[in-house]
Amino acid sequence: MSEPDLTPRARTRDRVAASLRRRYRAERRFRAYGIGAVAIGLLFVVFVFYTIISKGYPAFLQTYVQLDVDYSAELLDPEGKRATADLESADYQALIKAALRERFPEVTERAELRKLYALISSGADLTLRNRVLSDPGRIGKRESVWLLAKDQVDLLAKGEVDRSLPESQRNIDDQAIGWVDRLRAEHRLETRFNVAFFRNGDSREPEQAGVWGAVVGSFFTLVVTLGLSFPIGVAAAVYLEEFAKRSRFTDLIEVNINNLAAVPSIVFGLLGLAMFIQFFGLPRSAPLVGGLVLTLMTLPTIIITSRAALKAVPPSIREAALGMGASRVQTMLHHVLPLAMPGMLTGAIIGMARALGESAPLLMIGMVAFVADVPKSLSSAATVLPVQVYLWSSSPERAFVERTSGAIIVLLAFLLIMNAAAVFLRSRFERRW
Amino acid sequence: MPTSSVVIAILALSYAAYRLARRRSFAVVGGPQAIRKLHSLPGYHGLLAALWAALPAFAVLVLWHVLAERVIVDAVLAQLAGDGAPSGGAARDLLLNDVRNVVAGSVPFAEASAPVQAAARHWQHLDAISRIGGAIAALLVGVLGGVLVWRRITPELRARNRVERLVEINLLLCSMIAILTTVGIVVSVLYEALQFFRMVPVSEFLFGLKWSPQMAIRADQVGSSGAFGAVPLFAGTLLISAIAMSIAVPIGLFAAIYLAEYADWRVRAITKPLLEVLAGVPTVVYGFFAALTVGPLLRALGQSLGLQVASESALAAGLVMGIMIIPFVSSLADDMITAVPQSLRDGSYALGATRSETIRRVVLPAALPGIAGGVLLAVSRAIGETMIVVMAAGLSANLTANPLQAVTTVTVQIVTLLVGDQEFDSPKTLAAFALGLVLFVATLLLNIVALQIVRRYREQYE
Repeated sequence: MSEPDLTPRARTRDRVAASLRRRYRAERRFRAYGIGAVAIGLLFVVFVFYTIISKGYPAFLQTYVQLDVDYSAELLDPEGKRATADLESADYQALIKAALRERFPEVTERAELRKLYALISSGADLTLRNRVLSDPGRIGKRESVWLLAKDQVDLLAKGEVDRSLPESQRNIDDQAIGWVDRLRAEHRLETRFNVAFFRNGDSREPEQAGVWGAVVGSFFTLVVTLGLSFPIGVAAAVYLEEFAKRSRFTDLIEVNINNLAAVPSIVFGLLGLAMFIQFFGLPRSAPLVGGLVLTLMTLPTIIITSRAALKAVPPSIREAALGMGASRVQTMLHHVLPLAMPGMLTGAIIGMARALGESAPLLMIGMVAFVADVPKSLSSAATVLPVQVYLWSSSPERAFVERTSGAIIVLLAFLLIMNAAAVFLRSRFERRW
Repeated sequence: MPTSSVVIAILALSYAAYRLARRRSFAVVGGPQAIRKLHSLPGYHGLLAALWAALPAFAVLVLWHVLAERVIVDAVLAQLAGDGAPSGGAARDLLLNDVRNVVAGSVPFAEASAPVQAAARHWQHLDAISRIGGAIAALLVGVLGGVLVWRRITPELRARNRVERLVEINLLLCSMIAILTTVGIVVSVLYEALQFFRMVPVSEFLFGLKWSPQMAIRADQVGSSGAFGAVPLFAGTLLISAIAMSIAVPIGLFAAIYLAEYADWRVRAITKPLLEVLAGVPTVVYGFFAALTVGPLLRALGQSLGLQVASESALAAGLVMGIMIIPFVSSLADDMITAVPQSLRDGSYALGATRSETIRRVVLPAALPGIAGGVLLAVSRAIGETMIVVMAAGLSANLTANPLQAVTTVTVQIVTLLVGDQEFDSPKTLAAFALGLVLFVATLLLNIVALQIVRRYREQYE
């Protein structure tokens, strides 16, 4: 037990020590805020991705039901001529119904039969049709075929239906669950990789809906966007960086570019609607118009990154070329542009990634229409991946929730590839002078 | 003749012009060994001919297409009028639209009425003639341009200078597209908005408190009065943006401070790109996330606390929008903080200040203008954000400051008014353009102020 030191000097020392403790506490607190903010940010990243992926991966699986189909000649081709037109328009739905009745002979009542038929997707008859058309010899024979299951059955088979809920709160009732369980017990129910999801266009039936139409639409749109915005953007950047003297005019261009880069994307949609569709009369919902709108939207980004890439080329290169007697255009085309190209390409890829994820302006120009066909040209009606996500997310069927997340995963995969390409380009070709 | 094959033909013509002119430039000096007698390299002679073959041809092609459409429409209308169809007004436009649909193949021929069928045939006939005519005219002009250059090739021809002049003019034209885009936005949005203001007074639009854009189609219809007071939309937009900023600014700012001042480079190298992943996620994904996960989560949370939370609450949309903006704020703030010169920090440390005191009393005040500019840019982004609010915010225009209720925003209304079929004479459609004008002007002002602040701040330490 030492005596408290009460000299003025000691009191100052105590005061300083106390204030130091306080200050260090504040220091730790401040630091903790920072760590907390970073942690919250990272948590959001994890949360968003976890939600999407956990909801979306079942979309890559699809349930099929095996039925013994009897290609009855009376039903398909009563006249016996095997004419293709007759076979194309035959009622294949009836074959499926017959096969279902055969499998569940105890079901006879009308309402129950209807419920039984609803186990199989309404698009399953196409499978049978294609089989018969590819080999008409199948008519009159029997065959076990795996058929696409309806979305409710699919959800049930993947364990996404809570069986403990009261019957009225499920969209599949106890009887149907019983059938599905029986099919499973007989090994006639299988969940496989969902090829159709990557091959089909949009559909009103969740089990038949796929992203391929939207992927092709996005591809066409991006082709237009890249084909226009990259050359124009590079040319504009070269002019501003290499040729233009600083004047009021170039200042005006510059202010415009910087502002356009921050204009909300939906305003570009309004421009596209009023200008391209209303005034020029270009077709609605077409990838061509979508590409034009996205070109105007990404152009500022591409110009800004291209200018940065040009700025990074040291002046000594230009001086050397000019000193050897090259003209200004030759200097630019032969020396500066090739050296700046990797940086410009990186910028273009990042711009394209942004354009791929953009949906708001495309809503304005009618790319939200329901398009079941895969687009064939730049002017046919199409939709793009993010808009497909939007369309599916507003569908009431529960099975579309996983389709939506599945489409988001596809979209994110494309974005990941593009960004990885940009990072690769940058690390591989970027030179430091 | 489809347009794509005409384009290919012009390109082929241009290539032929290149080869021929190049060969002629050798010929006029008597072979490759005498090439030094030429003012410009043979390739430039070729390029000059190629450009003169291709550029005028393309110009003719484009002009032809623009003009031919008008001529065809007039001819078809004349024929329709001869058949006794209405000669003016909306009925005529409707008929013309029918013809258009038949021609485009979206309506089968057999389903159209007889005069429409006849008009469509006439249209297709004229269209075929015009396409062939346009192709011939374009190719002729192309040949003419190529021949003109080809004939003028002499050793003295300053081919390189001319080619370079053309290149420079094209570069200038490309850089003017930015101005053209701005002009296009202003003209198209302003034009439609002015039409709207002819039907609805500006004061009612800007200060009215009731928004219900459904117009009565029939006079006796109930509940479709059509009120265009946009104040509830502005309030809703501001409410959601304010929620978003109150999430994004503290988190983004503290994350930037930590990453710029405390974290060692390994942590920074991993964490910064991870945070920026949030900026690369498409907004439609955030919208889905907000509508499907955050909305119900907040609702359940509110229920357990005894609060009534709307399933499309402003809070859900604002929260998710805040998440989206975090990386935007943090990377801008990071730039601004790292731009503060090290000498300021060293001076503060030398006086005995701790790190946090240095940051709070020296670094942040120095970086404040830049950060404020960045925050303003983020606000303009939040105001213009569309997909999140379209998917997660409500449609009904409530004038409320309660974040637990559903509100609607300017962008949501633009989308709902314009998705689907539009007639360009109804105030409902035009209202979207008026809202677009407000949005454009508001974000433009914010951007100009913010960019000015950021630029001035950057210059200060450079």
